[in-house]
Amino acid sequence: MIASDFSTVLPEVLLSLYAMLALVVFVYTGKDKHAALSIWLTSGVFLLLAAIIGLSTAPDTTSFNGMFVDDSFARFSKVVILLSAAIVLVMGQDYAAKRDMLKFEYPLLVALSVVGMMTMVSSGSLLTLYMGLELQSLALYVIAAFRRDSAKSTEAGLKYFVLGALSSGLLLYGASLVYGFAGTVEFVGIMQATQGGDLSMGLLLGLVFVISGMAFKVSAAPFHMWAPDVYEGAPTPVTAFFATAPKMAAMGLFARVVHDAFGGVIGDWQQIVAVLSVVSMFLGAVAAIGQTDIKRLMAYSSIAHMGFALMGLASGTAFGVQAMLVYMAIYVTMNIGMFAFILTMERDGRPVSNIASLHMYSKQEPLKALCVAALMFSMAGVPPLVGFFGKFYVLRAAYEANMAWLAVAGVVASVIGAFYYIRIVYFMYFGELSEPLDVNPARRLHIILVVSAALMIAGTFFSLFGIETLAQTAAVSLAN
Amino acid sequence: MSNLLSLVTFIPLVAAVILALLARGDSEDSQRNVKYLALAATVFTFVASLMVLFGFDSSDTGFQFVEEHSWLLGMQYKMGVDGISVLFVMLTTFTMPLVIAASWNVSHRLKEYMIAFLVLETLMIGVFCALDLVLFYMFFEAGLIPMFLIIGIWGGKARIYASFKFFLYTFLGSVLMLVAMVAMFADAGTTDIVVLLSHNFGSETLDVFGFQILGGAQTLMWIAFFASFAVKMPMWPVHTWLPDAHVQAPTAGSVVLAAILLKMGGYGFLRFSLPMFPVASDFLAPLVFWLSAIAIVYTSLVALAQQDMKKLIAYSSVAHMGYVTMGIFAANQQGVDGAIFQMISHGFISGALFLCVGVIYDRMHTRDIDAYGGLVNRMPSYALIFLFFTMANVGLPGTSGFVGEFLTLMGIFQVNTWVALFAASGVILSAAYALWLYRRVVLGDLVKESLKSITDMGRREKMIFAPLVVMTLLLGVYPALVLDIIGPSVAALVETYHSNVAAHGIVSTAASTASY
Repeated sequence: MIASDFSTVLPEVLLSLYAMLALVVFVYTGKDKHAALSIWLTSGVFLLLAAIIGLSTAPDTTSFNGMFVDDSFARFSKVVILLSAAIVLVMGQDYAAKRDMLKFEYPLLVALSVVGMMTMVSSGSLLTLYMGLELQSLALYVIAAFRRDSAKSTEAGLKYFVLGALSSGLLLYGASLVYGFAGTVEFVGIMQATQGGDLSMGLLLGLVFVISGMAFKVSAAPFHMWAPDVYEGAPTPVTAFFATAPKMAAMGLFARVVHDAFGGVIGDWQQIVAVLSVVSMFLGAVAAIGQTDIKRLMAYSSIAHMGFALMGLASGTAFGVQAMLVYMAIYVTMNIGMFAFILTMERDGRPVSNIASLHMYSKQEPLKALCVAALMFSMAGVPPLVGFFGKFYVLRAAYEANMAWLAVAGVVASVIGAFYYIRIVYFMYFGELSEPLDVNPARRLHIILVVSAALMIAGTFFSLFGIETLAQTAAVSLAN
Repeated sequence: MSNLLSLVTFIPLVAAVILALLARGDSEDSQRNVKYLALAATVFTFVASLMVLFGFDSSDTGFQFVEEHSWLLGMQYKMGVDGISVLFVMLTTFTMPLVIAASWNVSHRLKEYMIAFLVLETLMIGVFCALDLVLFYMFFEAGLIPMFLIIGIWGGKARIYASFKFFLYTFLGSVLMLVAMVAMFADAGTTDIVVLLSHNFGSETLDVFGFQILGGAQTLMWIAFFASFAVKMPMWPVHTWLPDAHVQAPTAGSVVLAAILLKMGGYGFLRFSLPMFPVASDFLAPLVFWLSAIAIVYTSLVALAQQDMKKLIAYSSVAHMGYVTMGIFAANQQGVDGAIFQMISHGFISGALFLCVGVIYDRMHTRDIDAYGGLVNRMPSYALIFLFFTMANVGLPGTSGFVGEFLTLMGIFQVNTWVALFAASGVILSAAYALWLYRRVVLGDLVKESLKSITDMGRREKMIFAPLVVMTLLLGVYPALVLDIIGPSVAALVETYHSNVAAHGIVSTAASTASY
């Protein structure tokens, strides 16, 4: 019994063992001398695990008395998390080396937070959920403040920690209410307790608190306040990480809780999620207009994107979950490309994040400018770029769940949002010549940017590389 | 050849990719190569599209040259043309070589310029060939990107304002259409336009937040599509992006915009609104009629007051598009025939007029009417060509402009005489602004110092106008050339429309429409 339990959590166990072992080994061998090795090794482990999980054909199982779930949904999310974490880690190396922040602990902290994320998307009870969430968050708080000598980075870490602790408190309080009224922490048990279709007041309150806590983690408005400051303050490689893997994990967790635990009372959470979705889309779209810092802009952009992903979730159907997964996969790909670009933005060797510094970038670097333009149009949801299909999926999910109003609100918000995406294109193509950015020779980042943009174009011709079917299998395993 | 339409559609794109990968440097040689390659690609596309036209059987009212491949999300890649769309494809492929030839003097980022136009051509042809809802939307919407860049990079002084306005205005219109498409997908279970054309969308009165919606789902979808196509046409009062875009766009951009992009709105009405939502179309036709009548009269008056030549022609375009919308929703043979004819003919005439402005703009770098006068003294052949197209724009019998206006007026007269009355006054107003423009620019004595050394059109410029003159005259004296091709398809469209309205119509409004 124990053996089979452990075999389902094998990837998580391996990754934690690796992280702790590497920590010890590096401390005793050469510390930061091996930081680059530590990055490559960790990325390699991520890729290996992604391959193991992605290629596994094991049937959907639960272990530890239902506390840990291993199904197609978890596997889909884990592969996205691991792949994006691996790429983002490698992306940040040059940047960190130049600024003397190449520490061997950084990749290992990321590895630990990835363990937390994998636990989150696999959680089968409120306890596993909380454990995963906290493991993830604690590691993230540390890496947000990774540049100890920078006031901004420290501020970002502290802000993130205080607000994150608050949200954890909310979530924990909600979880205790749910436990009190349902008599169990297991999702299966909660599902049975809510079978009748109506929730007691205590359970409802608990549900609302749990959702608020999770909304904080996905940075959905009105729980988004931390995102712009943390995105801006944290070192750019860390920001790139924040914008990708943790978002996927938090969305996966969100879907897990509302479908696995509260799947019997869709009507009760549907409205909450729909409101979160609408508010996020509009806030993300409107608040980004005035931003001059590209990292802050990306923070608001991710808030808006989370709104769209939540629209899929709000539909409360298997197709909605599928739409959400497709949307998240596309979102993560676009953000990796965009942050690969932001990491190359330097002037006189110092990182710049001012949008105005992109003036006439297309003259200087035609290929990179074209790639960024493709990513921007994709984020705005303009066909034929792949970002459009993400939007199309969630719109369809919302419409089929009789929420046409949500779909209309979504497309209106996407038009407002299009303004600031095309504003970046405007700077790159129509502006006047200004002080140019450094020519950054980071080949790795160029390749990632080009590949990401190429995927956004080629996906249309290759039916999104079959991700649709994978997401469908994943969604069906969750929402039934 | 079964994939002829894909060939026609994607030749320009392939050429654009070749340009992007192979063209290097700014040397004179490479610039010349870029131009010749772009011209060759567009000419070759035109030749390929001629094969479509010659292989087209106009007695068949269904779709021809159909090709189909499955794609993601249950959608398919499906292309085909019928009598309504085939001529728009021809219009596009015919116009593009002229557009490229008219851009011969562009030197600022020439390679990107040609790539943008070639990509745009692919997207425009795609719009008219697509037989899948989502495919149509992709072509329709993707066209915004190259046009946004064309206005923004190669445009005039206020190009940034104009490009943003163009992009956001049209984007807002079309995303609402996207929601309606999602709704149609959910309702009919397919995105195949051929199937959707015979699908009956619900027309029972709906209750939405306490409002009674006559015509039900059809009305809501019709309004969503209207939001998109009315902006694209553009119809009054959502036309305000057009003058800005036209004025700021480079000459070639204006030509494409006027000759082809505006036609997408009219094509959309014919392909979607009229046949798919007949009840709603019947119910809301009076709205379109009056908006069209206002557009014709009001924008003609506005055109009278313009100081900028391009702006004047832009407003005249809005007025001429008023005839089109009016004719389409008159929903009888003459009206719809006339609307299509008017769109084709306006493609030649307005394109030519923008080229005329381009000719003198290239020389004097101003579009201000007051900066000109007496050009006839130094530019006799220019004066002749400009006169010809001014007359065609006014609708002089013997030019294609007359046929379109006459047929649409005839069509609307049978349905709504009051609207016909107001619309007919537009004919006089258009004569007023067009002739006045001509007098101020071309006639009179040449007194301005700056114009004393202006040169007449060169051979390249004359060559560009020649095909347009031929087409305008040919269609003017022998309109059957167009009407024979579109006739059977239009007849089928009108017949199905009326039988659907009769079967499902809302009695009260159908009666009130007829009583005018």
